[in-house]
Amino acid sequence: MNWKIWSLKKSPWVFHVNTGACNNCDIEVVNCLTPKFDVERFGVTLVGSPRHADALLVTGVVTAQAAPRLIQAYQQASKPCVVFAIGACACGTGIFRTGYHVVGPVDKIIKEVDPNAIIAFVPGCPPKPEAMISGIVKMLNAL
Amino acid sequence: MEVIRHLFWLLVFPGFLFTVILGLYACWIVRKVTALIHHRIGPPALQPLYDVLKLLGKETLIPEAANKAVFIWAPVVGFASVLLLAILLWAVDFIPARDNGMFLGDVIVAIYLMVIPSLALILGSSASGSPHAAIGTAREMKLVMSYELVLVMAFIVVLIKTATFHGISDSQNDAQLLSLSSIAQYTPALSISGLLAFLAALLCVQAKLGFTPFDIPEAETEIAGGVLIEYSGALLALWKLAQAVMLVAFPLFLVILFMGGIGTGFGSVLLGLGKYVLVLVLLILIKNTNPRMRIDQTVKFFWFYCGPVMAVAIVLAMLGNYYDKWWL
Ligand code: SF4
Repeated sequence: MNWKIWSLKKSPWVFHVNTGACNNCDIEVVNCLTPKFDVERFGVTLVGSPRHADALLVTGVVTAQAAPRLIQAYQQASKPCVVFAIGACACGTGIFRTGYHVVGPVDKIIKEVDPNAIIAFVPGCPPKPEAMISGIVKMLNAL
Repeated sequence: MEVIRHLFWLLVFPGFLFTVILGLYACWIVRKVTALIHHRIGPPALQPLYDVLKLLGKETLIPEAANKAVFIWAPVVGFASVLLLAILLWAVDFIPARDNGMFLGDVIVAIYLMVIPSLALILGSSASGSPHAAIGTAREMKLVMSYELVLVMAFIVVLIKTATFHGISDSQNDAQLLSLSSIAQYTPALSISGLLAFLAALLCVQAKLGFTPFDIPEAETEIAGGVLIEYSGALLALWKLAQAVMLVAFPLFLVILFMGGIGTGFGSVLLGLGKYVLVLVLLILIKNTNPRMRIDQTVKFFWFYCGPVMAVAIVLAMLGNYYDKWWL
């Protein structure tokens, strides 16, 4: 296996982007870092800048305000960088589908700028931390 | 043969390779102990190595607004200087004073080498052209200004204590005291002024390493990684390596100054390793039991609290020297 991919699997650093979530998904994301789940066991760390990130954890329907910022964050991340759509909102805009301010689910916005982007979906409202960890594992195995 | 031996000494053990490996291991100890304090399990032992490998394999972005030359060279200079410092300290530890090639006043060189990584960080982040990095730069500058004075004062205490322990007064030999080899023979931390100086220097090293409560320039929650915000890929890996080597060099420096160095025999190497781990664990405990301070609080803390305490320590050490009382 390619050493770049191998080391990426060993230490995925994540950056958390909120694009209009109700904050419940965000709480569950942070929950993964707590002693009960402790994703640092697998080398996952939360970083403060998209430049350091290997994965963007996107939560929330993408609102008209947030879409340009999401694109900017994705473009600023150093590649290879994967995208996680966390929660029903991010996966398919969920119950806010008909909202006037909703411009699309996460994959649509990301695919506009990078058609080859790798996007994983973790559904749930909010998804359990177990679901997120399983999503990360599946994504890493698929790389 | 001689050349090969020297090259091996410089490049492998206890030179570059050994220092970097030890530094990555120390990084792991920091993260593992932090996790244990949190009642977590923590990362596996090779995690820092994985991180650096991964960063080397990633794309290295250089922002459009950045000054390219400074942005690229700053991490190189920072890493090189701290590596050089580590080599200097190993030479003091492992080679007898007569032939380790150390020179008069190497302490001053060590002090300068300790400042260069911070300066490189300031240069690199101000060259990155990001407003967050600019805030981080300003904070880093103020941080350097606040702890540097205290560190030098703690250093003066050590020099006076060395003279006391040495117990000589003729000027030619006095000059000899200004070298790390002669400082490493004594243990000032056992005296009152030496202990005060050790505690203050420990806090300065905490700030130099950018550990909480002095991680103000990086402050991930407010300024998103501050000074390192624009670094990615291989350049970020260099910064991580520099931080790892700092984790070897700075505690080792404290051990040499205050705890009598490491020495060569098997027993004394074990003892020296114990001293190093003791300093490291003290740093980690301070890191994990304190919230981040504001920059103005930090400046006040170092200048108005640590500064006077260090002045008292210097006076005590002078008194001890005058009346020949080693414990003062
Ligand atoms: S998926 Fe549910 S919990 Fe998550 S942001 Fe949307 S509404 Fe909130």
